[in-house]
Amino acid sequence: MKMVTAVIRPEKFDPVRAALEADGINGMTVSEVMGRGAQKGISLQFRGKTMPVELIPKVKIEMVVPDADVDRVLRIVREHGRTGKPGDGRIFVLPVESICRVRTDQSDPSDP
Amino acid sequence: MDVPEGRGMIDSGATAFILVCTALVMLMTPGVGLFYGGLVRRKNLISMIALAFIAFALVSIQWVLFGYSLAFGSDIHGVIGGLEYALLQGVGMEGDGIPDLLFMVFQMVFAGLTLAIVTSGVAERIKISSFVVFALLWTTLVYDPLAHWAWGGGWAASMGALDFAGGTVVHISSGFSALALALVIGKRLGFGSQEMAPSNIPLVLLGGALLWFGWFGFNAGSALAADGLAASAFVATNVAAAAGALSWLCAAWIRGRPGSVGIISGAIAGLVAITPAAGFVDPMAAIPIGAAAGLVCYGALLFRVRHGWDESLDAWAIHGVGGIFGALATGVFAVAVIGGVDGLLYGNPGQLLIQAVDVAVVVAYAFGVTYILAKVIDAVMGLRVTEEEEYVGLDIAQHGESVRV
Repeated sequence: MKMVTAVIRPEKFDPVRAALEADGINGMTVSEVMGRGAQKGISLQFRGKTMPVELIPKVKIEMVVPDADVDRVLRIVREHGRTGKPGDGRIFVLPVESICRVRTDQSDPSDP
Repeated sequence: MDVPEGRGMIDSGATAFILVCTALVMLMTPGVGLFYGGLVRRKNLISMIALAFIAFALVSIQWVLFGYSLAFGSDIHGVIGGLEYALLQGVGMEGDGIPDLLFMVFQMVFAGLTLAIVTSGVAERIKISSFVVFALLWTTLVYDPLAHWAWGGGWAASMGALDFAGGTVVHISSGFSALALALVIGKRLGFGSQEMAPSNIPLVLLGGALLWFGWFGFNAGSALAADGLAASAFVATNVAAAAGALSWLCAAWIRGRPGSVGIISGAIAGLVAITPAAGFVDPMAAIPIGAAAGLVCYGALLFRVRHGWDESLDAWAIHGVGGIFGALATGVFAVAVIGGVDGLLYGNPGQLLIQAVDVAVVVAYAFGVTYILAKVIDAVMGLRVTEEEEYVGLDIAQHGESVRV
């Protein structure tokens, strides 16, 4: 099992979610977050001066998927979350040790 | 809005009432800001409220310098007022029923509100410096002549057109100007492909509540006296708002769920439509006027969406189309026992024709002049922020502030 954490543009969330759903990936946890990458946000010009905007709103999607599905998820997020300009975001893939369901006592490594 | 006769007599009751009404109408301007602010995305929320305050402040100064005189100075060929009241010369504590200064400031809050409604057309993409220039030119070239035509002794008043509290001057003018601006400035980035849902609906409802509340001052105060006509206009105003809220609610319910934004939009549609009629129709006529306005404006909103116009805070659909409907409805439902003029239903079809001519000229003038003005400002200094600023949002890009997540 892997946890795929995608930090993407807020306006790209709907197309990414729809594409994941069309491919049978439904489970996710979504948060509105602020973040920045290598460029330290962006700079705007204001009356000739540079004005930095250090944190930009993003949407973070967390999904736990079987190892075999990871490449598919990455492909979908890239395809539907991309504009080609800086600020499209990052995807992190982490190993998952175990999954425990809260409703029952079940602990199943292949839960999703 | 007839200026009372008999110079030199100050009526304390009327003066007290109009002072309060002026303050009520002032509150409508931040009300519009809150209404629009809640409808846009969070990154532009402060910007929308700020635009309303900027509009009000600019008009407040323009009005006392020369705007009031252009609207209410001595008539020049039915088109514009003279400059004898510029810098408030001759506008003092004396007056006809109410002090001249009070009449001046009561009219000022209408002018400020109208400009605030126009900001709908440029939501989430206007450069603030360009807005300031646009605002001063617009209120001078569009609002002041229109106010003169209807209330300052201009051609529309001479022709006998009825506009009790500003159906043409405030609502048709702001609605069609917002549409012209939206067409010139262009759609927001991602309009049509990305979801742009309202970020704060409670704020929309609060703004709507302030509008409904302030509208009592707007319509009842337009009687310019604390009398029976003011009471009649007050009742008609509330009845129309309620009827509009309920008819929009039902229409939206049939198509899906009855959203709260629709309910308050329906109330505003009813309020807009009763504005020109409030002092000319029986309060019971406000039920059909308000209810039909809710349906007409909802239809206009759907039409606007189908055509992909990014005038997404719907000043055009609600104020523009609702204003046209209200002006025509005044020609239908007017009755002499209330305001001294009969309409179509009481055997005077000519009144409807007069109303239609007035509407056609005001629509053409407001849309045309605003379109040209926007084109010129766009060519000279650019109306719109850069793509990057629009992406980050006007709160940060234009004001250096943001609503905390």
